[in-house]
Amino acid sequence: MLLIPCPNCGPRDETEFHYGGQAHVPYPENPNELSDTEWSRYLFYRENPKGVFAERWVHSTGCRQWFNMLRDTVSYDIQAVYPMGVPRPAAPLPAAAVTGTASTGPASTTPLSTTAPEGATK
Amino acid sequence: MSTQHLPEHPDFLWRNPEPKSSYDAVIVGGGGHGLATAYFLAKNHGMTNIAVLEKGWLAGGNMARNTTIIRSNYLWDESAAIYEHALKLWEILPEELEYDFLFSQRGVMNLAHTLGDVRESIRRVGANKLNGVDAEWLDPQQVKELCPILNIRDNIRYPVMGATYQPRAGIAKHDHVAWAFARKCDEMGVDIIQNCEVTGFLKDGDRVVGVKTSRGTINTEKVGLCAAGHSSVLAEMAGFQLPIQSHPLQALVSELHEPVHPTVVMSNHVHVYVSQAHKGELVMGAGVDSYNGYGQRGSFHVIEQQMAAAVELFPIFARAHVLRTWGGIVDTTLDASPIVGLTPVENMFVNCGWGTGGFKGTPAAGLTFAHTIATGAPHALNKPFSLERFETGALIDEHGAAAVAH
Ligand SMILES: Cc1cc2nc3c(=O)[nH]c(=O)nc-3n(C[C@H](O)[C@H](O)[C@H](O)COP(=O)(O)OP(=O)(O)OC[C@H]3O[C@@H](n4cnc5c(N)ncnc54)[C@H](O)[C@@H]3O)c2cc1C
Ligand SMILES: [Zn+2]
Repeated sequence: MLLIPCPNCGPRDETEFHYGGQAHVPYPENPNELSDTEWSRYLFYRENPKGVFAERWVHSTGCRQWFNMLRDTVSYDIQAVYPMGVPRPAAPLPAAAVTGTASTGPASTTPLSTTAPEGATK
Repeated sequence: MSTQHLPEHPDFLWRNPEPKSSYDAVIVGGGGHGLATAYFLAKNHGMTNIAVLEKGWLAGGNMARNTTIIRSNYLWDESAAIYEHALKLWEILPEELEYDFLFSQRGVMNLAHTLGDVRESIRRVGANKLNGVDAEWLDPQQVKELCPILNIRDNIRYPVMGATYQPRAGIAKHDHVAWAFARKCDEMGVDIIQNCEVTGFLKDGDRVVGVKTSRGTINTEKVGLCAAGHSSVLAEMAGFQLPIQSHPLQALVSELHEPVHPTVVMSNHVHVYVSQAHKGELVMGAGVDSYNGYGQRGSFHVIEQQMAAAVELFPIFARAHVLRTWGGIVDTTLDASPIVGLTPVENMFVNCGWGTGGFKGTPAAGLTFAHTIATGAPHALNKPFSLERFETGALIDEHGAAAVAH
């Protein structure tokens, strides 16, 4: 069971969240110009790394806000939590840098989760 | 009443040879699919200078982690064709492989708990019959007659509203299946090499010409990938992508009990599936963890939900003890159907995406994939399951019949 540090509510049990798959998959800029191959890439192909993965989660039974997370798909260590719309952090931090500190919410001192997702502030 | 005894194993199973410097074909992955592929390459295509490379021990992946349910009651023509072909092979394989792996055709019920389930199930029974697959629709009383310990009262959250029933479906002893294939492969000269991880590929332009392994480089004319949850890792090493996501899926067994559960019962809606192993354990499967993962374990809350469903459906399980739980890594696609066929790399072929339900497909996957590797072209049965379907849009959307939601 994962203990997920929601940037707004702090660490909560995995059962409060829903998974949203790979983060940073932009909608095609010119959909009308896409070939079938390009469409298939956009619709069906996602990264599936054995290691650090940038993914989206929504805190469905809490603040109901989406956020991004870097998680290791082998050790399940959560390495960073950061707002939607923010680029993927360059280098994964050691897990200790995020777990346990995000509980302070939007004003967290965690380097990679300094701002709440768009619209998350009350 | 006593439970069934396991048959004696043959004296000799297989050799443990050193890898040679070159083979006519290399199969990556020593699970059921890799072994079945090697078996049919040797038997049907006379290719015996081949190797199966396994990074761990034989059948240590999903092959011996699954809940062993075998059935062919899939909705679409393409799926019914390949799974029914597999079922026909299961019916003759114990004799052909000269190894009793306890294939037991005790039938499978897929329960319906909502009006939507009922409609979908009756539609599937019709589709199955049109495809020559044995299928019946059972009302709750008939369900109770077949499996008396099932609770069919209507005061539970999701009462049993009926079930589809496939009498020829059943279970088999999965590790014995792997050993049976391995032994026959070995007999025909196939090298089965354990503790040999494939770490990269040698290419000449767009063509694969060899594999790099933890035990040295091996030249080969053809490569077949049968790595289940790790297929996308291997594809990336070879320079292409697969539309696959790897998820943990877990199962558990109870302590031994007297025979109480005469058939296999699956419920997609409340999500549990149960059979009783030959020795007497209750074997139960759950749903996949929602997130991608390569750790061979699953989330505790998934077991909790599965047990809650099991106890509601089978009240007598309330006092059974769980003996052990474990997980495997399944490779899912967005249409819940496998990918078997050619890849963008010449002479490299892929068999993957069987997700939560590939054990039942093992013989047909092996037979058709061997055909593809030997001839360089798809077999009639695996042609619809090509990688191109994600571009052409000819998807085979089996979410309803694949049984484990993913
Ligand atoms: C808990 C659980 C329950 C299931 N229940 C059912 C069921 O009831 N019915 C059903 O039909 N299906 C079921 N399945 C699905 C089924 O087990 C799989 O679809 C099927 O086993 C996949 O094919 P395989 O046997 O070859 O895979 P595996 O046995 O996983 O074989 C792949 C092999 O490749 C090896 N490998 C990976 N990477 C490398 C590398 N780089 N080099 C060398 N070797 C490598 C792995 O070690 C592994 O042994 C279940 C799966 C799980 C996990
Ligand atoms: Zn929250």
